[in-house]
Amino acid sequence: MNPSTLAIALLIAVVVWGVIVRKLTVKPWVQQPAGEHLEGIEPFTQPAAKVAFYFLLAVITSLFLLFFTAYNMRMSPHHGGDWHPVTEPNLLWLNTGLLILSSVTMQWARRLAVLGNQDKLFLALIGGGLLTLAFLGGQLVAWDQMQASGQYSLINPASAFFYLLTAVHGFHLIGGLVVWARTLIKIKTGASVESLNLTVELCSLYWHYLLVVWLALFALLVST
Amino acid sequence: MSYTSIAESDHEHHLHDPQTFISKYIWSQDHKVIAIQYAMTAIAVGLIALVLSGMMRLQLAFPESFSFITPSNYIQFVTMHGMIMVIYLLTALFLGGFGNYLIPLMCGTRDMVFPYLNMLSYWVYLLSVIILVASFFVPGGPTGAGWTLYPPQAIMPGTPGTDWGILLMLISLGVFIIAFTMGGLNYVTTVLQARCKGMTLMRMPLTVWGIFTATILGLLAFPALLVSAIMMTLDKTLGTSFFMPAVMSLGETTAYGGGSPILFQHLFWFFGHPEVYIVALPAFGMVSDILSTHARKSIFGYRMMVWAIVAIGALSFVVWAHHMYVSGMNPYFGFFFATTTLIIAIPTAIKVYNWVLTLWRGNIRFTVPMLFAIGFIFTFTHGGLTGLFLGNVTVDLPLSDTYFVVGHFHMVMGVSPVLVVFGAIYHWFPKITGRMLNTTLGKWHFWTTLLGTYSIYLPMHYIGILGAPRRYFAYGNTDFLPDSVQSINVSITVAALIVGFVQLIFLFNLIWSLKHGEKADGNPWEATTLEWQTPDTPPKHGNWGAELPVVHRWAYDYSVPGAPTDFTPQNEPHHGDHDSMEPESMDPERKDEPSPEQSEDQH
Repeated sequence: MNPSTLAIALLIAVVVWGVIVRKLTVKPWVQQPAGEHLEGIEPFTQPAAKVAFYFLLAVITSLFLLFFTAYNMRMSPHHGGDWHPVTEPNLLWLNTGLLILSSVTMQWARRLAVLGNQDKLFLALIGGGLLTLAFLGGQLVAWDQMQASGQYSLINPASAFFYLLTAVHGFHLIGGLVVWARTLIKIKTGASVESLNLTVELCSLYWHYLLVVWLALFALLVST
Repeated sequence: MSYTSIAESDHEHHLHDPQTFISKYIWSQDHKVIAIQYAMTAIAVGLIALVLSGMMRLQLAFPESFSFITPSNYIQFVTMHGMIMVIYLLTALFLGGFGNYLIPLMCGTRDMVFPYLNMLSYWVYLLSVIILVASFFVPGGPTGAGWTLYPPQAIMPGTPGTDWGILLMLISLGVFIIAFTMGGLNYVTTVLQARCKGMTLMRMPLTVWGIFTATILGLLAFPALLVSAIMMTLDKTLGTSFFMPAVMSLGETTAYGGGSPILFQHLFWFFGHPEVYIVALPAFGMVSDILSTHARKSIFGYRMMVWAIVAIGALSFVVWAHHMYVSGMNPYFGFFFATTTLIIAIPTAIKVYNWVLTLWRGNIRFTVPMLFAIGFIFTFTHGGLTGLFLGNVTVDLPLSDTYFVVGHFHMVMGVSPVLVVFGAIYHWFPKITGRMLNTTLGKWHFWTTLLGTYSIYLPMHYIGILGAPRRYFAYGNTDFLPDSVQSINVSITVAALIVGFVQLIFLFNLIWSLKHGEKADGNPWEATTLEWQTPDTPPKHGNWGAELPVVHRWAYDYSVPGAPTDFTPQNEPHHGDHDSMEPESMDPERKDEPSPEQSEDQH
C-alpha cells in the first residue's frame, strides 16, 4: 500500500463527487410548472467528441498514474530492495525540447484552423507531426545509448521501468499520429477547414496532454 | 444540462441505415443489435463457465471417480470459471448488453453517439473471447493460476498453462480492456450528451444511473488490470522482475531477482474491487426499476438511491486491500481498509431498505421479473452480511482460504447479479422481441434457481467455518474435517447439477417464446420509462420514428392519486385538470418541496 495511491483514489473520488453532486439535489418528483423543466437549464454545448475525449484522457491519466505508483512502490525497499538507479541519457533533454516544439506547433495549427487558413494549417500540422516523429526517433536513440552505456538490464527494475514507461508514452503518441495522418489525408482530399476544426483542436489538446505526461515521467525518471 | 443539440438535431443522417442482412445483423451499428450480439456472446461463454463449475462440483463430491479431471484440470477449471464469469459474462452482459440496449432507449435518443465505435467495441470484445477460449486448445491448456493470477506461481513451471495459457489470458484481458474502453466512452458520452429534451440527470431511471456510474468505475479501474497484465507479460516473456522475486524453480535458481508479488496484488485489487461494483451497480439500478414497476409504486427515496450509487462507486476505490489481509500489511492499513469496507455497508444498506420500503404497501404484481427482483433482495442481503464478517481483519484471516469466502462472494456477486440478469431478461424480453416469455416456465425457473442456489451456497458457509479449504482438488485424509463435510459436498453437487440443468428450461423458454410466445404490446408491464413508449415494438432503427420524445416528469409516477391510470409515462405532458390532482397540488401545505419520505407517504 502506498499513500500516493490512496491520495490518487481519494482525488478521483472527490472530483467525481464534486462534478456530479451539484446535479443531485433536484427533487424530480416535485411537479414543475409547465415549461420550467425545459427552460432555465443550460444545454450542454460541448461537442460529444470532446466529452468522450476528456473521458479518454481520464482513462489514460489513470493508466499513467498507476504506472507511476507501481514505479514508486517497486522502488521502495519493502518491494524488492534491488533498485539500482540508472543515469538517463542527456539526449532526453533534447527530446523534451522537440516535444515542446511539437506541442507549440500543434497549438499554432489549432489557431490557423480557427482562422480558416487551410494552406498554413497543412504546413503547421506537417511540422507538428515531424517534430513528434523526431521525438520518437530521439527516444529510440536514447534506448540505444542506454544499452551502449551498459545500463540495459531486465533484472534491474529501474532500467526495465525506463524502457517500459518510455514505450507506453511513445505508443500513445503513435496513436495521436494516426489521427494526425487521417487529418492530413482529409485536408488533401478537400475537406473544409471548418469540418476539421474540432479534430485539430482535439489533436492539439492531446499533444499538450502527452507533453505534460512526458514532463511528469521525465521528472520521475531523472529524479530517481 | 437537460438536453443537447445532438438529441434534438436531425440525427438520422448519422445513423447509416442498414441496407443488407450483413449490415443489419452482423456489422450492425444499431445499439440494439450490438446489445444482442454482446448478450449472446456473453451468455455463450458463460455457459462454458457453467459447465466448468459442474465439473469442479463432480470432482469435489466424487473424488477419484472421473479420470478426465486431474488436479491440473481442476485448477484450470477454477481459473477459467472465475475469470469468465466475472469479466467476460457479467461485465460484458451488464454494460455491453443491457447498457447498449437500455441507455439510448431510456434516455430518449436514437442511438449511441458513436455507433461505429460501438460496433468496433463488440468485435474487439468477441476477439478477446476467442483468444480466451483458444487457450483451451493450446499445448498445456489454459492457465491454472486462479482468477487472481498471482505471481510468482502464475508464470512458474508447476502451475498448469504457464507456456501458452497465461499469455493468452493476459492478451485476452488486454484486448477486453480496449473493447470495454471503446464501449465505455460511448455509454458515458451518450448519457451526458444525448438525452432527449426534458430528461434531466435526476429524471433518469436508476438503471441508467447504475450503468453510468459502473462505466465510470470501469474506465478508471480497468487500467490497473492493464498495467498489471503488461508488466506480468514482460516478466513472463522478457524476464523482467517487476513482480517476480528471486526464486528457485525445480531445484535451479531462476534469472529473476527482487520483484514484488505484493505490488501485483495491489494493482490487481485496485481493479478487482471496483469490478465488484461494476457488476453490482447496474444490477442495483435494474432491480430498482423492476421493483418499482411491478409494485406499482415510485421507488422509495430516489435521490438517496442516486447518492448511494455514486457514494458506493467512490468508496469502491478505497477498499481494495481487504482482499489482501492474508498477504500481510501494516496493521494501520488493515485498520483503514477494514473501516472503509464497513463504511460501504451504509449506502448499500440504504439501498436495501429502500427496496423493501418500495415494496411496502405496494400493489405488488408477482410477475416473473418481480420474483427474481425480490429473490435478489434476499440473496444480496445474505451475501452482504457475510461481507461484514470478512471485512474485519481478524475474522478474515482464518476464513479467507475457506469455503466461507466462496459462499460469500457467490451469494453477493454470483447469484445476486445473475438473478437480476434473469429478472431483467424476463422484464425487457417483450420489448426486445415483441413477445412475452412463458410465465409457467419462468416460475419453475425462478423457484428452482433460488432454492437451488441457496442449497448450494448456504452449506458452503458452514463447511467454511469448519475449515474446509477452497481451491483444493481433493481433501484426502484431512483430520480436522468431519465426514459430514463430504456428505455436504455431495449434497451441494447434486443441487448444483440440478440448478445447472434447470437453466436449460430458461434457454428453452427464450428460444420457444421467440416464435410461440404470447404477443406483447408496446408496454405490457404498464411502465413509465421511455423504452416502453416507443412507437414500434421491437423498436425500429432510430428508435423513435419521426419525433424524439419529450420528457415531462421523473421515471416513477406510479399510482399517482387522481391520475387516470396507475402509471404515467415520462413523456406524458402535464394536463391542466390532471395537474390539479397531483399530490403536491392537492395539499397546499406540501407544495413546497416535500421530503422523499413525505412524497412516498402520499403514494
